[in-house]
Amino acid sequence: MATASAPKPPAFDLAAALKEAGLTAFVMLALAAGIVAFHIVDVPGGLAIETRFGTAIAVAALGFFGRLGVILLRTARPLPVLVVALAAAAVWIAALLAESLFGPDWAARLQMTLPFDDVVVNWIVALTALGFALRALWMLRNAGASAEEIVDRDAAMDSVAARVARSSRYIGPVLLVAAVVFPLLIFMPETAWLPSVDRRLLDIGILVVTYIMLGWGLNIVVGLAGLLDLGYVAFYAVGAYSYALLATHFNLGFWICLPFAGMMAAMAGMLLGFPVLRLRGDYLAIVTLGFGEMIRVVLLNWYKFTNGPDGISGIPRPTFFGLPFSRTADDGGETFYSFFGLPYSPTDRVIFLYYVILALALLTNLFTLRIRKLPVGRAWEALREDEIACRSLGINPRNTKLTAFSIGAMFAGFAGSFFATRQGFISPESFTFIESAVILAIVVLGGFGSQIGIVLAAILLIGLPEFFRELQQYRMLAFGAAMVLIMLWRPRGLLAFREPTIRLHHGVSPPAQTVAAARPDEVA
Amino acid sequence: MLAISGVHTHYGNIEALSGVDVEIRSGEIVTLIGANGAGKSTLLMTICGNPRASRGRIIFEGQDITRLPTHQIVGLGIAQAPEGRRIFARMSVMENLQMGATTTKPEYFDHDLDRVFALFPILKERRGQRAGTLSGGEQQMLSIARALMSRPRLLLLDEPSLGLAPLVVKQIFRVVKEINERERVTVFLVEQNAFHALRLAHRAYVMVTGRISMSGTGRELLSNPEVRLAYLEGGG
Ligand SMILES: Nc1ncnc2c1ncn2[C@@H]1O[C@H](COP(=O)(O)OP(=O)(O)O)[C@@H](O)[C@H]1O
Ligand SMILES: [Mg+2]
Repeated sequence: MATASAPKPPAFDLAAALKEAGLTAFVMLALAAGIVAFHIVDVPGGLAIETRFGTAIAVAALGFFGRLGVILLRTARPLPVLVVALAAAAVWIAALLAESLFGPDWAARLQMTLPFDDVVVNWIVALTALGFALRALWMLRNAGASAEEIVDRDAAMDSVAARVARSSRYIGPVLLVAAVVFPLLIFMPETAWLPSVDRRLLDIGILVVTYIMLGWGLNIVVGLAGLLDLGYVAFYAVGAYSYALLATHFNLGFWICLPFAGMMAAMAGMLLGFPVLRLRGDYLAIVTLGFGEMIRVVLLNWYKFTNGPDGISGIPRPTFFGLPFSRTADDGGETFYSFFGLPYSPTDRVIFLYYVILALALLTNLFTLRIRKLPVGRAWEALREDEIACRSLGINPRNTKLTAFSIGAMFAGFAGSFFATRQGFISPESFTFIESAVILAIVVLGGFGSQIGIVLAAILLIGLPEFFRELQQYRMLAFGAAMVLIMLWRPRGLLAFREPTIRLHHGVSPPAQTVAAARPDEVA
Repeated sequence: MLAISGVHTHYGNIEALSGVDVEIRSGEIVTLIGANGAGKSTLLMTICGNPRASRGRIIFEGQDITRLPTHQIVGLGIAQAPEGRRIFARMSVMENLQMGATTTKPEYFDHDLDRVFALFPILKERRGQRAGTLSGGEQQMLSIARALMSRPRLLLLDEPSLGLAPLVVKQIFRVVKEINERERVTVFLVEQNAFHALRLAHRAYVMVTGRISMSGTGRELLSNPEVRLAYLEGGG
């Protein structure tokens, strides 16, 4: 746990490093060959397959260099990483900002050199390179610092996290009350600003709570069970499409479909998880990423069933125990307003939506808090710490991981249904990889397993950028910069501290000690 | 109780065990000594099916467990305190013990907890503390206690004395003896710290590069000149 730097850097074996990087490149190439190398485009008179082998090879090359960089950093050789990463970041960022920096001529020329068409992908590459460079710089800077200084600094931050974890008993309820009164507050005549601003605030609130729920759901998989899932959005999509299809084909309501959508997503998690959960770490990440894209591609191309890129529209809104939030009910029945004798107001539906997602998110949170104390939840955390020890204690690692994977997927399915009912329209475009990346960023920044950390990270990453939408262009940059900075400053996440799930009556609170220094009874 | 016959184990192309025969009878403490890298840990891990034996048979109480998955083997009544303790550092002492009780009925838990606290009173004091902040000796005790929580009839201990001061080692071996005598748990003890381990043992084996080179009662091996030369003088 202590991150004291080793006195002697581990040996660097060039052949082994090249082999490892080559293997990564091969896996990336194999995946890329399926996902990006063949691209269906519209041409006059039908569809054609456009090949993008260059892109696929670029993906593999990035995998190769990225892996090599990781190995070099791991073996404490930051200098070459710094130079290469800085150069790559400079080229990419220059090309991306060329329009405003050097004018359109240069922009076209520079952007030709980038291997990816997608701006977001290019930004991700640029920021990753920047991250590598900063990490290397950090290592160079710390080369002089003594191990104790680094440990001290880490311990100081730990104690902050520990204090937050301990006061979460108070912070939690306060945040909860704030979340509950939030819509009332912004619509109260005394405090209301402008109707349009208030409506926008409430929309942002719904968005943030949705991402908090997704963060809490993914946290079960990544934070508790330690499975790096880069395809989480797939289950969000399964939930959304399950609800949309059930509702539009069979005329079923939101509340009836919700459990089905969750079950469908959990089943998808089970099916996808079964073959891949034997893989570890980064290989699992790559394969889940592939599966996430696969589901999106299926949704895009299975036109008869999913309506392809046109998406599904006319998805019914949720009702209040069967009472719709509309001016008049289409079947001539009661509406929410006629039943309670209230005047019609279009914002009530949005407020209701807010409370629906808040309730779903709280359900996710309560579930997580509860299951952490049960054997299966403890097994997830233990598995994350030491799989070999778990095996020798009679835990079946595969089943245990599978439950985490599918329960996480189930909550994504619930959130997906909510997304569908809120938007009234869904299409595969809403479920791209970048969504998975954002949700993962929330979990990672929040501090792997800290429920309150996730709330903060979601507000930071979703709420603020959404509020400052005018700065659209720089949002991705700010987003990436925030990630990089936090990873440098505190690689384990903002509020990484684990409170034991059992509290003793006479409050023997454990010291937030992380450094197991030489013990009196230990022979050095 | 446990009969290991002709077991070979490979890591890729490397053969770590090349035909090991060991027998452990009910109620015994059997010690296995050997130099670093001899394959002692590999043997204990092979008993638990991780890695699996590539040849040979392992019979536990009449049942062939060679091909069973690890979690089922543990369910049959074999528990291991693995090399390097492998406690869950971020979890509390209590949570570690609960993890040990995974394969047993929940209603046994309180009783079993009292049992291990009686053996290791210090763990009771430390039960709310994060396991990673325990001292080395306490971590080793926790590792053994955690293994005991699964109510094993056979307990596998992999170098419990590793890195501990002599006084603590003595204390741990005393408890191992207690576990064997009072709790009637059969113990298979792997050690480099040969002197104490041989004194404790009813019978013992010596392993050299993946093979059993010698066996006998603990006393016999203690007085054997070859063993003395290789594992006692200058070592242990
Ligand atoms: N996970 C592993 N992968 C490859 N080789 C291993 C692994 N574990 C142990 N070995 C090799 O197997 C041999 C026996 O190791 P081990 O059983 O740990 O010995 P001991 O416990 O007696 O010190 C050694 O040569 C070691 O290098
Ligand atoms: Mg060993």
